[in-house]
Formats: sequence, structure tokens, C-alpha cells
Amino acid sequence: MCYNVNDFFEERSDVMGIFSKIFQSKEKRKNAQKYKIGMEKTRTSVLGNLQALLISSNKIDDDLFDELEEIFIMADIGVDTVIKIVDHLRNQVEINKISKPGDLTDMIVDEMFQLYVRDEIVSSNLDIQDGRLNVVLFVGVNGVGKTTTIGKVAHQYKERGKKVMMVAGDTFRAGAINQLRIWSERVGSLFFAKEAGSDPSSVMFDAIQYAKEHNVDVILCDTAGRLQNKTNLMKELEKIHRVIEREIEGAPHETLLVIDATTGQNGLSQAKIFHEVTKITGIVLTKLDGTAKGGIVLAIRDELNIPIKYIGLGEGLDDLEYFDIEEYIYGMFSDVIE
Amino acid sequence: MAFDNLSDRLQMSLRRVTGKGRLTEKDIEEMMREVRLSLLEADVNFKVVKQFTKKVKEQAMGEKILKGLNPGQQVVKIVHEELKQVMGDKAEPLTFKDSGLTSFMMVGLQGAGKTTTAGKLANLLRKKEVKKPLLVALDIYRPAAVEQLVTIGEQLSIDVFEKGIDEQPVDILKQAIEYAKENGHDLIVCDTAGRLHINEELMGELKAIKAILNPDEILLTIDAMTGQDAISVATSFDEQLGITGAILTKLDGDTRGGAALSLREVTNIPIKYMGLGEKLDQIEVFHPERMASRILGMGDVLTLVDKVTENIDENDMMSMMEKMMSGSFNYDDFIKQMKWIKRMGSLGGLMKLIPGMNKMTKNMDIDDKQLVHVEAMIQSMTKKERKNPKLIEQSSSRRRRIAQGSGKKVSDVNRLIGSLEQQTKMMKQMSKMDPNKIDPNNPMGSLPTSGQQKQKKGKGKNKNRFRF
Repeated sequence: MCYNVNDFFEERSDVMGIFSKIFQSKEKRKNAQKYKIGMEKTRTSVLGNLQALLISSNKIDDDLFDELEEIFIMADIGVDTVIKIVDHLRNQVEINKISKPGDLTDMIVDEMFQLYVRDEIVSSNLDIQDGRLNVVLFVGVNGVGKTTTIGKVAHQYKERGKKVMMVAGDTFRAGAINQLRIWSERVGSLFFAKEAGSDPSSVMFDAIQYAKEHNVDVILCDTAGRLQNKTNLMKELEKIHRVIEREIEGAPHETLLVIDATTGQNGLSQAKIFHEVTKITGIVLTKLDGTAKGGIVLAIRDELNIPIKYIGLGEGLDDLEYFDIEEYIYGMFSDVIE
Repeated sequence: MAFDNLSDRLQMSLRRVTGKGRLTEKDIEEMMREVRLSLLEADVNFKVVKQFTKKVKEQAMGEKILKGLNPGQQVVKIVHEELKQVMGDKAEPLTFKDSGLTSFMMVGLQGAGKTTTAGKLANLLRKKEVKKPLLVALDIYRPAAVEQLVTIGEQLSIDVFEKGIDEQPVDILKQAIEYAKENGHDLIVCDTAGRLHINEELMGELKAIKAILNPDEILLTIDAMTGQDAISVATSFDEQLGITGAILTKLDGDTRGGAALSLREVTNIPIKYMGLGEKLDQIEVFHPERMASRILGMGDVLTLVDKVTENIDENDMMSMMEKMMSGSFNYDDFIKQMKWIKRMGSLGGLMKLIPGMNKMTKNMDIDDKQLVHVEAMIQSMTKKERKNPKLIEQSSSRRRRIAQGSGKKVSDVNRLIGSLEQQTKMMKQMSKMDPNKIDPNNPMGSLPTSGQQKQKKGKGKNKNRFRF
């Protein structure tokens, strides 16, 4: 997408400060509670550092910027994105002749907000429409939580009265099919599987035929975890995608890349390569209930323009939230703003 | 293999130095900034990065280097030594009881790869240490986790003790220990549920398991792709349980694996093994010094030698070498060679081990499937053709027939012919080399240069030739 740095800065001066006002509203704070809990460690360790740093600094100088850089890197925000953020901040400080470190707080929050929103309306809703068979494909490396996420998403749509079917596309990993089956029993959704070792594309094909015949609203397709540098496995995924595309026009309506919040810079490589193979429409950031910072999502948005749809905050059926950048940043910075 | 990008970055920053006769302070500053950035990009913990660059800088700034004959090489050496130090000096072995029942306990976050690694480890130790292992399924929380371990056990023909998910892990464990003693097992490997290090309840469960098992090793399984959080995870598990070693998984990805660098330095937990794929034999001893070489793109000749000797009969190897040297290398030998490579693991992984090859493999799409294609083409040849490669070279109808027979294009067959030729030529040249002059750190460097393909060869295995 086209992104002009100068335009960005001109508009930004209006945006400045508005953002912290947004957070004055009580309702926002309430909604942000879950994020806060999930990101407790992030706030206290990394961003607590930020506050301490800003308070303890007498002036804005190179040392301060270096330390800012470090704090962002500790949050696993991509190195390039961090450099970009810090460069913008330097510019802003110069243009607006800011000298008090405390004044940086709003700027930093706004910076990250703009970085994500990019003057667009970013929706976390999935493209699920009435009157058609909706296909959502879940992809990602091994062990990120694809199957668990499918369970949670299925639950969400089931609650909304949709006829949901899970498709066991991970025919490789031992126990993967049964893992999904157990989730489908918990949720009370339909479940489609063939025997272990089947060609995943054929599983998808048969599942789609079945779904068409039985008027299913949403099918959620699991796939085997694969590292993005495995050529053959990525080709297999390409084929899965192609088969779905061929059977239903415009499908898969969503292809979600599941990323573990503990992932470091490799998350960017994952997003890049999976995006090349199957056009990724959104990210699900899992395991944000740990101490992981999940900052890599900002880099992914910054470099690849892929929005984050959901965040996973635990192992229960309800532990899935729509991603909301305001709440996300609020969760990170609330100490600084208050 | 991991660290590709890190080694590229370091090589880039060091190249500037390598070309120079003398270093200025500014050179070193600039280089250290590159080193710092690339380490951070590799997910090395920032505290480790700070210490690392500081130490390297101090040493590089010393008199010795500035007055040295080849300062560039010395800096590379300093960085290498320092990397080695950070990761621990040598491979740390697992601890076994002299007699009786040895027990290991696998712990870690969700999705790190505990269950797969438990299977891999049991399989490896059965072979290497002649143990009779028992896998114990204590993950009663994740759906189908027990079934996963049972399936792995079936694949490996290793006993798995499980009681489903209705009993508490501690109770299952007690029965498992009895079972192991009754059935003559001398090694227990316990798979536990993945959990967050901040989940007190589940950490309490691990403590209870530890109290009953009294394990010889508590192994933290950690994903090589983990970011800055790796340290807090490891520290927390260590404080609560006393971790004796770490196993780094998913190192076959393109992650730079900075966690490996930081883990030992910050937490003092040695990394004992590393997981390199989804297959159950893809586990290797973690060698810090080899890893350091790999990071710097210096290759890993030692691992290659290990792999070769483990998988190939020496006599076979010698007769193959003789054939190559004499120039009578044919397609039968070619296919035999490929089978060796297959036995040793993935082609891409193997190539990374060869000094100088690391960078070349980057843009090459190395695909183990290519081996299958080559095999198909060779199998479409007549016995005569395989023995006498000239027949194919001279006849386009033979080439066409082979292409059709193997479902490939004639151009693919031509490329295969080229590969064989190159390899024969290459071996002839190698036979003229003086073995004493081969630099162990850079065997590629001692090859006589003629022809542009030359630099891409390694170890007579002629790997890049399979590029189609």
C-alpha cells in the first residue's frame, strides 16, 4: 500500500493526544481488562521500564533513544519496525521542539497506534456471510495452536446460530485428528475427517462436497503445522488452497495464520512466506496469556499490511478475543497513560 | 539450518574488516553495530548482545589486533570464540544412573514439541545407550495428547505407559514406575502437559511429579523460534523445578535461533540436544562449538564427518573414491551415492554443513524430491547405459527414451548428464590435490580454480548438481 511519510506526519499532529483521550472512556477500560491481564508481564516489565526510563531521564538525547529502541526490541517488535518507530520519534521531537521526556509518552502511544491503523478502517471481523458456504483455512508452523484456535472460533460461530463444521486437514501429526474431534465434541459442531495419512487436499475436497450437501454455513479447516522453509510442505498447502478455491468461488474466504506470541523475529518470516503461498487475510496471535509480548504483530502489520483478527488468551472455549488495537496498546501502555 | 541470516549479517559486517590491512576504531564501532543489530534480529536476548559486543569490542580494540598481520581474521576469530563461550564450551551429555532405573522428565510451554521430542529421545537412547525405554503419558489436559504419544510409541516400537485422562498424573506416574520395574525397563521418559511458567497450579503439579520420580534429568523443551521471552520462560522453569538441560526444537526452520545463544549465558542451562525435523530420528547432540562455526558460516565439517561415518561403510566409501579418481564413475555409482545422502538425512541440511556451501544454498531451491527425480531417470536407463555414460551422451534417442520413461523432460536428462560429467571432472581435480594443504576450516579454498562451477562443489558429493 502507498504510504507517504510526510503526509503521515502532517496528519499526525492532529491525531496526537486524541488517542489518550479515547482511553478516558470507562467502557474502553473495562473491555481492556482482559488484555491487561493477558499482557500483565509486558506492561510491568517492558513498559514499566518505559515509564521508569521516561521519568528518570532529564533530557531527550541519543542515550534515551537507544534505550527506547531496546525496550521495543524486548517486546519482540521487529528490528526494522523499531528503527522506524524510533526515527519517527526523533523527527517529531525535533519538529515540535519537545524537550521533556515525559511528553514522549503520548507520542509513543500514538506512533504505535498509527503504525497499526495506517489511516484505514481495520476490521477484526471475519468475512463470514449468510447464504453461502464460508471457508476459513487455518495455517501456521508447528505447535502454535491451530487446532485449539479452531475449537474456539467454532464455538463463537456456533453461539451465533451457525452450522459449523471442523475439517481435520492435519493428517500427518500423530493424534491431530482426534484432537480436533474432541474439540468438535466439546463445541457440538460437525466434524469431518478421513483416515490418518490421507492427502489433505482430498480431505478438503470431500469435506466441501459434504458441506454443500448438508447446508453447512461455516467450515473451519485445520492443516498440519509446517515450517515455512519446507518447500514440499508449502507446495502441499498451495494445493490445498487451490482445491478449495476451485470448489467454491472466492474461497477460502479467510486464510488465518496462527502465530505463537512467544515467537520472536521469525514471526515475520512466517508471515511473509505463508502470505506468498496462501494469501493470508489475517493473523491469530495465540498464547498471549503468558509473559510473551507478541510485539511481532506490529512488525507484521507494518511490513506486510496483514491485520490481526484474534488473540488467544488461554485454553478455554471462551478464551478468544477479537483483536482491538486500542485495547492492545492500552494493555501495553495503561500505566504510562494514567 | 538455522542461523543462516545471522551468519550472513555477520559475514557482511566482517567482510568490510576482512578486506582491510588495518583497523581503525571507527571500523570496529561500525562492525559492532552490525553485530549488535544482527544478533538482536536473531532474537538473542539484548542483555547477552550487550555483553557480547562489549567483550568483542574490547578485544578487538586491543593492541594485538591493530598491529596484527591480518586483523580481519583475528576479529572473526574473536567473534567465534566469544560465540562459543556464550553457548557453553562443549556438548553436555545426559546423566544416567550407573544401574537401575534412570528417569527423565520433559517440561515446557505448550507447542514446544515435548511429546515428539520425548519419542525421539527414547528412540535415540535405545540405539546409542542400549536402553530399554518406557514412555509415560502424563499430559491429561490437551485433547488427544495421550493418543499422540501412543502413536509415536507404536511407530518406534517403544512401550508407552498410559492410563487415559481420568487419573491424576501423579497416580499414573506411580503405576508407571512399578510397571517399568516389573518389565525390565531401565529408562523412563515422562511427557508432561505444556503449561505456562506463570501458571502456579500446573507448576505445582510438575513439582509433585518431580518429587515422586526423582528424575536424573529435567529437560526443558524450547522452541528455537522463541523471541526475547525465552529467557524469562527458562529462568522461571529453572527456579521452580531446577532444569538440568534444554532441548532446542524446530531448528530445521529458518529461525536464527538466538535463544540458543542466550539460554546458557543468562540461565546457565546447558542445551543438550536439538530437534531438526518432524521425523522421529531427527534429533542431534547440541555442539556449541560447531554451532558457533555455523553461525559464522564456517560450516560444520565435524558433524558431516560424524554423519558419514555413522551411515556409510568405509570400504564402500573407499571403492567409490577410487572409482571417482580413476574417472570410471558411472550412473550406478551415482545412484549409490544418492542413497548414501538419503541415509544421512536431508540434502539441504547436509549442504549447510559444508564450509562455503552455506551461502550458495541460499538461493538454491534444494528439494529432496529432486533426488527422487534423478533416481527415476537413472532407473529408466538400461543396465548398459548406467555402466557406460557415453552411450547416453552420444544418442539423442536414448535421452528421449529415458526422459519419457521417467516422466521428465529431455533437458532434465541433459542436466543429469552434465552433473555426472562435472562430478567426474571434479574428482579428478581433487585427486591431484595435496591433502596436507587442505585447510580444515575451508576445504573449498584449496580447490584449484578452473571453470565457474568449481566453487560450488564440496566433498565430492557434488550436491548442487541436482538442481532442476
